Parts: sequence; structure tokens; C-alpha cells
Amino acid sequence: MNISEYKGVYVFVEQREGEIQKVSLELLGKARELADKLNEKVTAVVLGYDIKDDLNELIYYGADEVLYTDDELLKVYMTEPYTKVLSEVISANKPEIVLIGATAIGRDLAPRVSARIYTGLTADCTSLDIDEENKNLLMTRPAFGGNIMATIVCPDHRPQMSTVRPGVMTICEKDESRIGDIKEFKVELSEKDVNVEILEVVKEEKERINIEEADVLVSGGRGIGQPDNFKMLKELADLLKGQVSASRAVVDAGWIDRDHQVGQTGKTVRPGLYIACGISGAIQHLAGMEESEFIVAINKDPGAPIFEVADVGIVGDVNKVVPLLIEELKMSSVKEEKAQK
Amino acid sequence: MKIVVCIKQVPDTTEVRLDPKTGTLIREGVPSIINPDDKSGLEAALRLKDEIGAKVTVITMGPPQAEKALKEALAMGADEAILLSDRAFAGADTWATSSTLAAAIRKLDYDLIIAGRQAIDGDTAQVGPQIAEHLNLPQVSYVEDLERDGDSLILKRVFEDGYHKVKVKMPCLITTLSEMNKPRYMSVSGVLDAYREKEVIKWTLDDIEVNKEHIGLKGSPTKVKKSFTKGAKAAGKKFEVTPQEGAKIIVEKLKEKYII
Repeated sequence: MNISEYKGVYVFVEQREGEIQKVSLELLGKARELADKLNEKVTAVVLGYDIKDDLNELIYYGADEVLYTDDELLKVYMTEPYTKVLSEVISANKPEIVLIGATAIGRDLAPRVSARIYTGLTADCTSLDIDEENKNLLMTRPAFGGNIMATIVCPDHRPQMSTVRPGVMTICEKDESRIGDIKEFKVELSEKDVNVEILEVVKEEKERINIEEADVLVSGGRGIGQPDNFKMLKELADLLKGQVSASRAVVDAGWIDRDHQVGQTGKTVRPGLYIACGISGAIQHLAGMEESEFIVAINKDPGAPIFEVADVGIVGDVNKVVPLLIEELKMSSVKEEKAQK
Repeated sequence: MKIVVCIKQVPDTTEVRLDPKTGTLIREGVPSIINPDDKSGLEAALRLKDEIGAKVTVITMGPPQAEKALKEALAMGADEAILLSDRAFAGADTWATSSTLAAAIRKLDYDLIIAGRQAIDGDTAQVGPQIAEHLNLPQVSYVEDLERDGDSLILKRVFEDGYHKVKVKMPCLITTLSEMNKPRYMSVSGVLDAYREKEVIKWTLDDIEVNKEHIGLKGSPTKVKKSFTKGAKAAGKKFEVTPQEGAKIIVEKLKEKYII
């Protein structure tokens, strides 16, 4: 393998029902930065069906060119057709770097592609940079439950592939004056490429929970004692215009839906305010929330690790403190209203 | 029906704490367990065995002490266990791990290969799909429900915003989520069997046919350049006060920071 032949930063753009996923725009932002350091181009790769309309958006968000493959068999994600197309895109274009969102789609597709083309893949990266010495991609990811960080390189194989956690990279400001090429990449797909038959596609119409986008999170752990006490946390979250999230322990116990889970196996969040209620702070949990701007922790156990990352820690029974906190907040907002009058 | 279940012995990372002074991991006394997603995969295989009859083989690649995880799998009800252990396999990334495991599985008869979605010490979710690619098998990952339908499986494949119900013809590989079931405990007779009757089969590099360039550290495209612990952020102030005072302090601090 002559690695110097490999040029350019490619982003796999994930679409679901034609809608470009936010993580892909985040990746374009990061790809732009990496490509500028390498003095190379950013290419967005889009697979889907009837997707030609919005492709300029990808240019506005940082891509220099867009490659798309439009085929009915790519309408809904299936491992083999997607693997075939992405592997062919890589073989034909020889990118230096390929970035894929670490979603339930990306984490199925990326390993399959990396095994097919025999290159390295680093999972769930939270930081990417270029080594100034040799221009290799430095891929940093949490390991061992989140508190060891490891920087991984892929020195002798190309492309250097990485999946990246949603919510970690920053989207470029949209610039509608940017221009770039939009090109079709043709791949022959047939029913033979479909080895898993989709019988039913079910969208779960739950209340849309996206704790990654909330600016305030009120998060509950075992210390709240019982599932019913999430109502109290919800009331607090509503007062602060935030959402409720949770630790793995209570998700595993079935107290609340998995969409709410913060941590290494859940979601990485960085809200302006994170209130940890009855959460002891296993390292997996801390890994998912310690970048929050301001952290309040309420916990009975003065030795709980959550206090190590909290800006304000209250040692006490969360079921007593939170109702009083709700009262205080209501009172202070009433005072303010009066003052404004 | 013949099922191969890939398992990994992992440190129970929920038991790991950081030394607050040095910021390093306290590893002592951390128990080793069967990785939770893998254990649910094993349970799914054992349920198929209970319902329709199946031979369940568990396989792991790891150091000699990983035998303990295999013994536990045998005690839960697996029929056969294979420990793939050799110094030549050490230092493997997911690519080299999957090529080694695939080479071992090639020697076995199988209709279905089950791997846990991801291990709690690495969290990559890569080895399952990579084994499927090396063996040229269809894969379905993130499986939460499984049912057999003749020579096929009907599976519930989970996404962030819903799920697909899919049908796949065997042989195939699936990766399972720990949410799919509650694994059984070892039974007393199972434990006795595992230690008295059943042997763990041990394979080394000589027992499998694999390209020597595709294993261990040398066969790994990715290398660890460095690892480090994140410097713990300086702890803020901790107040041991009455709940009423606690609530007041929080409100004050939030006002100070202009959050409310």
C-alpha cells in the first residue's frame, strides 16, 4: 500500500428518511478543520434514494464536494448494500481519512467496511487531530469505562477510519456562499446484495427525547429511591426549562427509558447546567457529563465520586432537598416578577 | 442447530474507581465477569437450546485466566468451550482479534454465531461485524429479540429512533444487547458438570489456519500511541447543611452564574 496516494477527508453522511442527521454536520465541521491542516479537500458521501435535493446544504456546512449514490436499495439502511457502496467509494477515490457517526447505523457499517478493505478503525472518538510530525490522524477515545483516554493511530494502512460520538464535534457556521461540486457515484446494486430482508420498519413515536441538545439536565440515580420520584425531577426540570436524564443504574432497573441515559454506554452531554440527583458518579457516568458547564450534585454520601466533578455539592437526602429547591425557585421567580412590576 | 457464542472476559468496570489523589485507576479487587452483552447472547443461545434443541459452543480469545469465564458459561448450560490463547495473539486490535476468532470459528460447524454488541472495557462494537465480514456472513447487530423460523431467524434490530423487524437466513452472525434478556444463574449441577465433566478445549496458533500477518500486534492496523487519564477537574465546594439551606445555596449559586 502506497499511503501517499491517499488524499482527502471523507465524511459518511447519514440520512434517515431523507433527513440528514445532525452528527453528519458535526463531522463536516471537524473534517473541514482536519482538511485545512492537511491542505486537502472535504468530501461528503451520501447514500440513499431520491436524495438529490438538499445536497447543497452539505457544501454550506463545510464540504468541498459531494458524492452521492442514489438507489432504491439504499432508501432504508441495510448493512450489505451500504457496505458495498462505501467500500467502492473508498477503493475508487482513495481517501486519507474517513469519518462516520458512531450511531446504531455507523457502528454497524464502519467495522464491516474496515474489515473488507483491511484498514484500521477507531471507535467512538471524542477528539481528532493531525500529528504535526507525520500528518497521521490522532484519534482519541475513552476506554475502560471512560476514564482512560487512549490516542490511537493507524500508521501503515489507509484510509484512517474513525467513528465519532454524536454531540462532541462542533458544526461549522452555515455559509450559503460556499460552492462545490455535486457528483453521482454509480454502483450496480441488485437484490443479490440484500442478504437481510426488512419485514417492518417501526418508528417509535415516543416523546422526542434528546438530552444531548438540552441546555439544562436534571438527572436521577438510584438515590431517588423509586421510579415515581422522577416526577419531582421533571417538575424541577420544567421550572428550569430543561429535561430529565438518568444514570445507567436506574435505566437498567427499568425506572426510566434508555433514551435518557447519560454516560459511557449512554449519551455524552454537555449542558449549561447539570443537576445530579442521587447519582453516586461511577466513572462511566462522569465520562458522559463532566464537560457540563456547571454541575450541581445532591447526594447523601459525602464520599460519592460525583462530588469530585461538581461545582456545588450538597450532602443530603435528594428527596428532601429537591422539593425545597423547587419551592425556592418558585419563590424567587415570583419575587422577580413582582420586582419587574 | 449449532450455535457459536463469542464471549469476552472483562473487568467489571462499574466497580472501578479513580484514585482521587493520583487520578489513576484502582484496579485491585476489581472482579472479572463475562461481558454483559455477551452473556445475554449466551442466554439467547441457551433459550434456543431449551426450546428447540441446539448445541452451544462458547469461544473466547484471551489470556489463560479467561478459562474462568468459559467455565461459567459451561455451568450456565453451554455444551462446549474453546479458549483461544497464544502469546502470538497478544496486542491485537479489533481487526486482528476478529481475523483470529474467524479463523477458529471456521473450524467449527455452525448455523448461527452470536456475539455481544460491545464489551464494557473497550466499547467498540467492532469485533462482531468484523468476524461476519471475515466469514462472509450476513450480519444483524443491535438485536433485542430473536425467534427461529425454519432455516431463518426473525430479529428485532434496534436503532435510536425505532427498530427494524428483519428476516435473515442462516448461517449468519448477530450481535446482542444486554437488554434482550436476563441471563440465568449457574445451577449447582451445572457448576459440578462444568468442573467435573466438561473440559475447556484449548487452542493455540498451531490449531488454527490463519495468515500470520493478520494476528496480534503485528496484524493490527491501529496502534495505541499513548493512553492517559483525564486530569480530574478540581472539585467545587461541598456543603454539609440542612436540606433547606442546601436548596438556598443552590439557588444562590445559580443566580451568581446567571443560570437563573
